[in-house]
Amino acid sequence: MLTAVISGFIFALLIPFILGRLQSKSSLWVALLPLSLFGYFLSRISLVQQDGPIKVSYEWVPSIGINLDFYLDGLSLLFVLLISGVGTLVFVYTAAYLKGHPYLNRFYAYLSLFMASMLGLVLSDNIYTLFLFWELTSISSFFLIGFNNDSEASRKSALTALAITGFGGLFLLAAMVGLGHITDAYTISAMAPIAEMIKGHSLYGWVLLFLFLAAFTKSAQFPFHFWLPGAMKAPTPVSTYLHSATMVKAGVYLLARFTPILGNHEWWNGTLIAVGAITMVYAAVHALFRIDLKGILAYSTISALGILVFLIGLGTEEALLAASVFILVHALYKATLFLVTGIIDHETGTRDVTQLSGLRKVLLPVGIAALLAAVSNAGIPPSFGFVGKDLIYGATLGMGDLAWLFTLLAILTNVALLVAGFIAGIKPFIGKLPERYAAVHLPSPAMYVPPLILGTLGMLYGLFPGLLEAGLVQPAVSSLIGTTPDFHLQLWHGFNLILLLSVVTIGSGTGLYFLLKPSEKLLGKASRFERFSPETLITGFTVGFGLLAKGWTRFFQNGYLRYYLITILGFLSLLLGYRLFVGVELYIDTGLLSEITFYEAIVLLIMGVAIFFTVFSNSRLVAVASLGVVGYSFCLIFLFYSAPDLAMTQFSIDTLTVILFVLVLYNLPKYLKLSDNRVRIRDGLLSLIFGALISILALEVMNESVTKETTAYYAENAYILGKGKNVVNVILVDFRGFDTMVEITVLAIAAIGVFGLLKLHLRSTEKE
Amino acid sequence: MKTIIFKTASVFLLPLLLLFSVFILLRGHYLPGGGFVGGLMASTAFVIHSFANGVERTKNIVKFHPGFLMPVGLALALLAGSLPLFLGETFMTGLWMDQPVPVIGSVGTALFFDTGVYLVVIGVTLTIIFTISEGL
Amino acid sequence: MEILLVIIIGLLYAAGIYMMLRRSLVKLIIGLILLGNGANLLIFLLGKIVKGEPPIIGSTEKMLGELYADPVPQALILTAIVISFGLQAFAIILIKRAYKVVKTDDLDEMNATDEDL
Repeated sequence: MLTAVISGFIFALLIPFILGRLQSKSSLWVALLPLSLFGYFLSRISLVQQDGPIKVSYEWVPSIGINLDFYLDGLSLLFVLLISGVGTLVFVYTAAYLKGHPYLNRFYAYLSLFMASMLGLVLSDNIYTLFLFWELTSISSFFLIGFNNDSEASRKSALTALAITGFGGLFLLAAMVGLGHITDAYTISAMAPIAEMIKGHSLYGWVLLFLFLAAFTKSAQFPFHFWLPGAMKAPTPVSTYLHSATMVKAGVYLLARFTPILGNHEWWNGTLIAVGAITMVYAAVHALFRIDLKGILAYSTISALGILVFLIGLGTEEALLAASVFILVHALYKATLFLVTGIIDHETGTRDVTQLSGLRKVLLPVGIAALLAAVSNAGIPPSFGFVGKDLIYGATLGMGDLAWLFTLLAILTNVALLVAGFIAGIKPFIGKLPERYAAVHLPSPAMYVPPLILGTLGMLYGLFPGLLEAGLVQPAVSSLIGTTPDFHLQLWHGFNLILLLSVVTIGSGTGLYFLLKPSEKLLGKASRFERFSPETLITGFTVGFGLLAKGWTRFFQNGYLRYYLITILGFLSLLLGYRLFVGVELYIDTGLLSEITFYEAIVLLIMGVAIFFTVFSNSRLVAVASLGVVGYSFCLIFLFYSAPDLAMTQFSIDTLTVILFVLVLYNLPKYLKLSDNRVRIRDGLLSLIFGALISILALEVMNESVTKETTAYYAENAYILGKGKNVVNVILVDFRGFDTMVEITVLAIAAIGVFGLLKLHLRSTEKE
Repeated sequence: MKTIIFKTASVFLLPLLLLFSVFILLRGHYLPGGGFVGGLMASTAFVIHSFANGVERTKNIVKFHPGFLMPVGLALALLAGSLPLFLGETFMTGLWMDQPVPVIGSVGTALFFDTGVYLVVIGVTLTIIFTISEGL
Repeated sequence: MEILLVIIIGLLYAAGIYMMLRRSLVKLIIGLILLGNGANLLIFLLGKIVKGEPPIIGSTEKMLGELYADPVPQALILTAIVISFGLQAFAIILIKRAYKVVKTDDLDEMNATDEDL
């Protein structure tokens, strides 16, 4: 199983090189990877059916509980088959759709990366690798959405999608860390038996909140749904793969996966029902007013995801069964519709439904696939969609007191979805073919066969739902509810309330379809709602946050050295001052001090005067000379207080510095009086305060007794170990020789820097 | 400043000061002095000479670019530090000759290290000063 | 005596910072040097000042006597002095070069943040 996950990553790394080398006309063979994965997982069905979940574990970072634990149960199986199955078709489709595209190899690399991450996500048992793969899907989808990176809109939607899903990813990490903290376990399978304990824990609410934020952002639930229509800027294979069949379902998967652990609690059910219901109705109604085919499909996908969240929220066995089946139903018809849209776009150059009609005359096989998908979407028997819709109504009707409300919402959603499906799947193909599309011709089979396969499967499973029951649906439901469920999928239940509801849905939906003519005007009206939609709120928030950050940066990182200094020093003065005056008892131990001698006092006086001249002189030469005087006074101080080495060094350095200054000074401008008196007084005050604080600090530190272990060690061993009697020198060249080594290296670098600065300059002037 | 007295004096001062700087370097292990101070002294000697006679003349005396002293000094210091490695000791362990050499005293790796420092300091200072005076 | 030294340290810090807050590049570097000197003196003072007892082992003895000046701050300061020379030299040349290119000594006119570029 590890190989299955890793192969995609390796493939992603290799494929740019292989494809670049081959220069072959067709890249169909790339689809062999998902195909073989699909075959592999198909062969696991019987194993899972007989022996239960398959578990594999590889150690990675065992010390902090991060291991490659994979877990293949019914739920994972459903998803891996979807991922690899739809993946195969998308890979094939892409070979024709992006044929000759200069970055096709890159596209396949991203796509494989995404597929592998997705497989890893649904197979992960370890909560941290779950997070890791989750983030990988966000990142790879970022590249896929922004694949047309020369389009500004495309880059923007990629960023939005990354921001929203990445934001959710952080919450997933928080939720997983919380869960790990509560349970002290790192695998999901180990958490299921202690579900009751988790639900009773005080952190349960937080874990739930974080998990929901992660799932809702990924699965585009209200109010985070807006990134999904934006993500439709991506090439159609990406929309098909990521935004109908797989990635957006990751949030649903997450919720389904944690249903046995966190579910069956009023907070869980209440939130999911509310959010799911709002999303499914809101998005379904919005889908009606779109005129871009992809826009219609995007909103109807959001609505379908809402239905899934809603069903998981209901949480009954019927509802979970309906969810499992609907995942499959939706993937089949929505992927078909997306692929069809891609073909229409590819061949006619437009996705505007008001422009498209009569395409059946030129794109017949595509039209058939679209019709099958639309029928399945509408839930018209004998499609698989009909089975799914029945199950949904069955689930809502079984909800006791609120059954009528839930059922009403479900009907409303389904009617709107049916209309949206007809607009996307049937409308472009019926009616009169406009002349400008008469020359449209059928693309290569690699493009129209995948949607045909998917569409036909949607019909086949409707006629024979038993095909899936034992192998796929039953294990999936059993991993959701924990026990083996007892049900039979069938097309015909006899005449009952559910059938009546289906008839009502189909009837009113078809009626609405004939009444509603999508147009720019309607779109404009619907868009008016968007002004106060969550999207504008969140975008506004993002913009505001950006402005805040910009203002903040402009204020603090303003590029003026002195303001940086003032900020730092002001803050430091406050801290130091506070600490010194509140926490430290100020006193001066006069007994420890040495007496003031006349000649030393004179030196210090000279130094004070020199400092004064350095600061306040208007002539640079006087300032530099005074600086020299300060340095020479230092020499004397060092001499007085037993530091002959320092005195000598200071003397030489001071001389050289003054010489340097004098050499350069002639080429520098005269001092200008650049700041007014108020600024000077402000700076002067700040400097004096800081200087005073340093003085007080120094006085206080002198009162503290210092441990002199290091000093004593050097003093004792300088001669014995270092064979030298000048302890300072022994420290420099022996005890701390390595430091000195680095120091002279730094000096050499400074000299090379100086040399470079001047010599390079000379050369460039020489050229002139 | 280019008076005759100064010029004449500088010619004699240079070797004297250089000798003095070597003296400072060598006695560094026992009395105040050492590579840093010695190197700075030697540089000052050259700077004084260049003040009296012009940078070009001083550079003619040195014959090679003082920048070369930097790698030479660094290599010497590194060699002195890594010599103990060949004898199975750790990096920078001090090694000493058994018998003290007259005038200098005990000779050991530390002295070579200090000489390396001395050379680097001369190289650095002269490179900086010479480059600046040329750039004017 | 220490009190006088402490006052000088405060003065050096204040003068250094005041100079660094000025707009002229030359003043900035002078400020940097003053600040460095202040820091050196601070370290020196914190090692306890001792008169007339340099950390040099007498010719007949094998280790330092009872009273001696602390060699550790001295070694630190010696390093600091030499390093700051390298820094100053580099900074001085940088001003010179900057002045030649920008033709100004005013820091504010050299002000270009990433946004402006």
